[in-house]
Amino acid sequence: MTGFSFDAVAAILFIPAGAAAILAVLPNYRMTAVVNVIASLLTLLAALSLFVTDRPAPGQYLLVDDLNIVFIVLNTFVGFTTSVFSASYIAHELETGRLTAPNLRFYHAMYQIMMFGMNLAFVSNNIGLMWVAVELATLTTVLMVGIYRTHEALEAAWKYFILGSVGIALALFGTILVYMAAQPVVGEGTNAMVWSVLIEKAAHFDPALLSVAFIFLLLGYGTKVGLAPLHAWLPDAHAEGPTPISAVLSGLLLNVALYAVLRFKLLLAASPQAIGPGPLMATMGLTSLIFAAFMLYRRRDIKRLFAYSSIEHMGIIVFAFGMGGPLANFAGLLHMVMHSLTKSAIFFAVGHIAQVKGTQKISEIRGLTESHPGLGWALVIGVVAIAGLPPLGIFMSEFLVVSSTFARYPWLAIPLVFGLLIAFGALLLRLTGLAFGEPRGGMAPVEASYVPMYSHLALVFAAGIYLPAPLVAWFQHVAGILG
Amino acid sequence: MNGLTFDIAHLLAGSLVLISFMMLYQDRLFALINVFALHAVVLALSVAWQAYIQDAHHLYITAGIALVFKAIVIPVGLHRIIQRLGIHRDIETAVGIGPTMLAGIGLVTLSMVLMLRVTPEADPLAREDLAFALSIILLGLLVMVTRRNAVSQVVGFMSLENGLVLAATGAKGMPLVVEISVAFSILIAFIVIGVFLFRIRERFDSVDVGALDDYRGERR
Repeated sequence: MTGFSFDAVAAILFIPAGAAAILAVLPNYRMTAVVNVIASLLTLLAALSLFVTDRPAPGQYLLVDDLNIVFIVLNTFVGFTTSVFSASYIAHELETGRLTAPNLRFYHAMYQIMMFGMNLAFVSNNIGLMWVAVELATLTTVLMVGIYRTHEALEAAWKYFILGSVGIALALFGTILVYMAAQPVVGEGTNAMVWSVLIEKAAHFDPALLSVAFIFLLLGYGTKVGLAPLHAWLPDAHAEGPTPISAVLSGLLLNVALYAVLRFKLLLAASPQAIGPGPLMATMGLTSLIFAAFMLYRRRDIKRLFAYSSIEHMGIIVFAFGMGGPLANFAGLLHMVMHSLTKSAIFFAVGHIAQVKGTQKISEIRGLTESHPGLGWALVIGVVAIAGLPPLGIFMSEFLVVSSTFARYPWLAIPLVFGLLIAFGALLLRLTGLAFGEPRGGMAPVEASYVPMYSHLALVFAAGIYLPAPLVAWFQHVAGILG
Repeated sequence: MNGLTFDIAHLLAGSLVLISFMMLYQDRLFALINVFALHAVVLALSVAWQAYIQDAHHLYITAGIALVFKAIVIPVGLHRIIQRLGIHRDIETAVGIGPTMLAGIGLVTLSMVLMLRVTPEADPLAREDLAFALSIILLGLLVMVTRRNAVSQVVGFMSLENGLVLAATGAKGMPLVVEISVAFSILIAFIVIGVFLFRIRERFDSVDVGALDDYRGERR
C-alpha cells in the first residue's frame, strides 16, 4: 500500500459492481466464467483484508464492526467457491442446451450484482440503504430463478417475487416506523436512519412504536429468512433455479435477511420498555424447525428436500438468537457458519448429481456411492453433517443450542430435540436410498469440480474436531455484542 | 399547524384509502387499472402537498415519479398488454366481493386502532398519515390475495407500494424517500414491462396464475 490507502470496504463493493458491468458486455462464456471466479476471489481477498487494515469510522452510510465482518467473510468465501462450482456446472448446462450463451452473460452479470447487493446490505450503516440492498439482492435472485423459462421455473420465480416483494414492503414499513420512533429524539434527516446513532439513543425511543416496527421488520425480513408461515417461496425457488443459485440462496441470502433481523433485534434490546424480541424469534424459529422437520418426509425432489432442510436450520439459528445470552448466541453464530458451508457443499454435490442422472426425483436416484463415488460420498458426508451427527461441525453447534436451552428453559428443549430428531430421521432415510443400493439412473462419468464441495466439508469436519482459540474468542466477542 | 393545510393533507390521504376500497370491487381489468391510475394521481397530489407544507423540494421528484410513471406509463402499458393478450374479460376473484369488502373494513379498523394507539406523541399529521398508509398497505395485500390474475396481483402490489410512499413522505424529513421510490419504480418496471408477464404469456398463453398452479412441485 504505497501512496494510496487501500479501502477494503470500497473494494468489496466496487469489485462486484465493476465485474458485473464487464460481464454484461463480454461475449465469450468461457471468459465470463473465469472473470466471475476472479472477481469473486478478489472480493474474498478484499474481505479478508478487513482483518488487517484499519476499519473506517462508521459513516452515515457504511459501517464495519465486529458483527458484520463474520457475515462478510462468510459471504464472500461461499460466493467464491460457488463461482468455481458454477463454472463447471454452467459448462454442462450449455452443452445440454438448457442455457444459451446470452443467458449466461445475463447469469454472470446477475451473479455479481447479487454479490454486490449482499455485501452492501452487510456493510450498510443506514437502515434505508440496507433495505435497498436487500431488495436488490432479492430481485437478482428472482431473475436467476426464472432463467430456465420452464413452467416450473416461472411459477417458482413468480411465487418468490410476489412473496418476496410483500415481505420487503412490510420491512420498508417497519423501517419507516423506526425512523418515526427515532425522529423526535435524534432529529430529522439522515441521522435518524443511521444504525450506529440509533443504537446509542434507542433507550429514549417511543417503545410502543419501536415494538410495532419490529413486528413488521420480523415479518418482512423473516419472509426472506424463510421462517415457517412465510416460507412458501423457498422450496420452489431452490428447486427450479440453477443449482449454484440454490447454493447461494441457502448459504448466503437467508443470512442477509437474518443479519437485518439481528441488527433490529439489537435496537429493540437497547430499549428496555419495548417488547422483548427474543420470545417472538424463538417461537418463529421453533415453529419453522418442527414444521420443516415433518415436511422433510414427504419430499420427492432432491433439491426440495434440502430446501426444507434449510428452513429447518434457519429455524434453529433464529431460535438460538431468540434465546439470546452469550452461549446461545455463540451457538447460533457457529450454526449459521456451519450451515452455510455444509448446505452449499450439499447443493454443489446435488447439482452434479442431477446433471448426471438427468433428474431431480429422489426415487430415480440410487446407489450413488457405487456409480459416482466422488459425488456419492460428498453427499453422504454432507447429509451426515447437516443431520447433526458427530464429529462434524453442525453436531457441535446443535449440541450447544440444545444444552444452552436445557440450562435455561428446559421445557423448550423438549420440542427442540423432538424437531431435531424428526429431521434427523427423515434425512438419513432419504440418504440411504440415494447413496446406497443398486445404482440407478445415468451412469456417465462426471466432470465435477470436487474442490469447492470437499473444501467446505473439510472445514466443517475440522470445526467439529477442533475450533482454533482465536476463532472461539472472536465468536464469543461477537456473541457478547449480540446480547 | 394551520387548519387548512392539515385538512387538505388529511383529505388526500383519506381519498387514497377510499380509492383502495374501490379497487376491491372492480371486476374488470380495465376498470381496475383506471382506478389504480386515479390512485396514483391522488398519491402524486398528496406527496406534492407534503412537499409544499414540509418545504421539502426533493419530494416533488417523488410526486413526479408517481404522476408520470404510475399514473400514466404503467397503466398505459398494462392496457396494451391486456389488449394484446386478449384478457379484458372479467377478473376471476378468488373470494366474493361482499366478504372482501367486509375484510377490508376490518383491516382499516385494525390499522386505525393499532397506529393511533402506538403513536400518541407523534405529530398528528404524521400519525394519521401512518394510519392511512397502513390501511392502504393492508388493502393492497387484500387485493393481491383475492385475485388470481397476474395483472391484478401486480396492481394490488403497486397500490400497496403507494401506501408505503405515503408513509415515507408523511414521516417528516425522512431521507432516501426519493431513492426508495426510484428503487420501487425499477422493481415495478422490471415486472410490468418485461420479464414475467412476457414470459408468462409466451409460455402459457394466459396470465391467470391459477394456470400456474397445475404444477405443484411434489406431484410429478
